[in-house]
Amino acid sequence: MDPLVIAGRSFQSRLIVGTGKYPSNPVMVQAHEASGAEMITVAVRRVNISDRSRESLLDYIDTSRYTLLPNTAGCYTADEAVRTARLAREAGLSHWVKLEVIGDEKTLFPDNEALLDATRVLVKEGFVVLPYTTDDPVVCRKLEDAGAAAVMPLGAPIGSGLGIQNTNNIRIIREFSHVPVIVDAGVGTASDASLAMELGADAVLMNTAIAGAREPVTMAHAMRLAVEAGRLAYTAGRIPRRMYANASSPVEGLVGR
Amino acid sequence: MPQILLNGETHEIAAPLSVTALLERLGLDTRRVAVERNLVVVRRAHYDTEIVSEGDEVEIVNFVGGG
Repeated sequence: MDPLVIAGRSFQSRLIVGTGKYPSNPVMVQAHEASGAEMITVAVRRVNISDRSRESLLDYIDTSRYTLLPNTAGCYTADEAVRTARLAREAGLSHWVKLEVIGDEKTLFPDNEALLDATRVLVKEGFVVLPYTTDDPVVCRKLEDAGAAAVMPLGAPIGSGLGIQNTNNIRIIREFSHVPVIVDAGVGTASDASLAMELGADAVLMNTAIAGAREPVTMAHAMRLAVEAGRLAYTAGRIPRRMYANASSPVEGLVGR
Repeated sequence: MPQILLNGETHEIAAPLSVTALLERLGLDTRRVAVERNLVVVRRAHYDTEIVSEGDEVEIVNFVGGG
């Protein structure tokens, strides 16, 4: 498969996976393995000062093998997101960030205005910014103009598993963008991931669809195949949709006619 | 006793101390965390020289599971 290139870095896998909500860390490790992903998202949170007995997430991620993509999940202002990104850079010694600025608690939809502000600040500071945005082609264009290394439109609300709600917008975003388009959030099952890729997405980012499945490791494998199948189908070029049948066997030489 | 605000909670320190000393006192692995003092990230190279003192607001973060 053709590699995914973001900010000059090549990835063989077009699936990016998270580290949240797994039933256990060992299951997460196996799921990451089965997903074939090379980039893994993590969140940034205060260390629990009073109880340090909890294991460190990084004990379960081989950072020589996976690229860490810290997020700014839970941030509601550009300032919070920028602070969190700067801390993430110091913690992870990498200047890549999945930028989230949330605008609404119930839907977790992004605040695109604040997202643009934060993108501009972080790009100026040398970050490779991958902003999580609504599936709005105009906002995606503005993010690209602001220097985003990719745009990450949602397929549906985070953790909803609803699948791609506006397939047409994803296609338009792909057509408008000169940076990779990563469908981030909303995937529920393998066919959703395939569809995202068939629409032309360059990659898919997911967490809950794998971590929340009854068998996360099996689902991670399914997602790997789905993303590959979707990408291959997109590359191959699908046939046009027709209203009526178009016989695939010859219409001449039929017996008895 | 001088007090600092550590991850949003008051925390007593015996005397001004370096970030390295603070992390040691808290039993934290310096390679796994990031530190902010008064809203500015402290670079790892400065942990020995950056001094935390009375009234400082310190945030210490690490990576946790997320999507």
